[in-house]
Amino acid sequence: MLAPWSEPVRSLKTFRTSRAMTERPPALPNRRAIKTTRRRSALIVAILTIGVVGAGRAQYGIAASSQDVQAKLSYCKDCHGPSAQGYRGYVPIPRLAGQQPAYFENQLKAFIARRRTNNVMFNVANSLSPSMVAALAANFHSLNPPPIGGAPQRFVATGRNIFQNGMPDVNIAACAACHGPDATGSEQIPRLAGQLYPYVIKELTNWGKERGQNPARPDISAVMSPVAHSLNKEQIEAVAAYVSTLR
Amino acid sequence: MKDNGLKLAVVAIFWWAFLPPAAHADNVAVRNCNWCHGGSAEGYTPAPRLAGQRPQYLEQQLAYFHARTRDNPFSRQYMWGAAASLTPQSARQLALYYSSLQPKAANDGVPDLAPLGERIYQEGMPDANIVACVVCHGPNAEGVGQIPRVGGLAYSYLKRRLEQWTEGYHAAAGPPMPDIASKLSPDQIEALASYLSFVK
Repeated sequence: MLAPWSEPVRSLKTFRTSRAMTERPPALPNRRAIKTTRRRSALIVAILTIGVVGAGRAQYGIAASSQDVQAKLSYCKDCHGPSAQGYRGYVPIPRLAGQQPAYFENQLKAFIARRRTNNVMFNVANSLSPSMVAALAANFHSLNPPPIGGAPQRFVATGRNIFQNGMPDVNIAACAACHGPDATGSEQIPRLAGQLYPYVIKELTNWGKERGQNPARPDISAVMSPVAHSLNKEQIEAVAAYVSTLR
Repeated sequence: MKDNGLKLAVVAIFWWAFLPPAAHADNVAVRNCNWCHGGSAEGYTPAPRLAGQRPQYLEQQLAYFHARTRDNPFSRQYMWGAAASLTPQSARQLALYYSSLQPKAANDGVPDLAPLGERIYQEGMPDANIVACVVCHGPNAEGVGQIPRVGGLAYSYLKRRLEQWTEGYHAAAGPPMPDIASKLSPDQIEALASYLSFVK
């Protein structure tokens, strides 16, 4: 959008060249008046810009206020736990503390695009601006409460074995190969350390039903499909129990 | 045939005689609770319905009354005394007994407010930072573990509990509830309480 102050000068030029010699040109506006007009117009434009951008800052990706971020964090923690350690509600609500920011952001986008199916999180994710998502991701990444625990101890040894060594004879790679030997993940690969036992079981068991296996909506989480499919119930419980103990 | 009948009678008599104390309605403790909570534990204002409540929740609340952690006015006035001489074992048996009774919905909310309440309960209001209650309390508000069944409780009881958490009374129900309740407006509290009072 052109600033208004450029118009009087341009139209004056056009007027003078097109009507040269046929009519007496009007008296030129004095230079001081032009300068004042330009300044005033510039000021008006600046105020309008700030007003529009300020009002729509959520949509335009300008940083959400720290007050808004704190309010939203408190809201997330109502379900995900006071230190985002997760919570065993009617459904297991996963730990967000220490989660990889890139993975965190990807999941929120996946909820919105219905590449990952969850009606509650669909609504939640749709209320978040990009800058809010980034702020939440950074905040949760910095939290480090102890894991909730509560998994049956007898599964942990088996789970450690599967996690660290995989099961080569059935072509299952070691989880540690991607998720890291301490299960903290990296970039788009999620942290599993301290994740809720019932949540990990639910995810591995329902992978094909919840996580974008729709070819029309490809999702990076499809990389986990063969693994999730190949693990049997006892192996899933074992791996879930093991990661739930990790700090 | 006659011997079998006698054997059966003997077994039945022994079974009846050695039943755990709180497992039937003639028990003294149960009668004392029913005095306020209603003959079939369906509630009698201000005492809430106990029938069909989650046993772990009941047991935990009795412990909180005993320890005087749950401190809103009616708790102070009635339940502190009622729970003062409860042992953990009797608390557990009372909890098991009441959880086994059939709950009936109170149906005493404001019908016009129920649709808004249902929306808040099932979907939440993310823009207002209000969570969807369904995530913890379940699709039929039946609860799980220590999370109570809130479906079918009396409108006045639900409304008062939600209001009390905004007034600073001690949580006792778990970390998130005071924070969650503080985000609800009075209209939203009435809507939720209305909707839930109708849930079977």
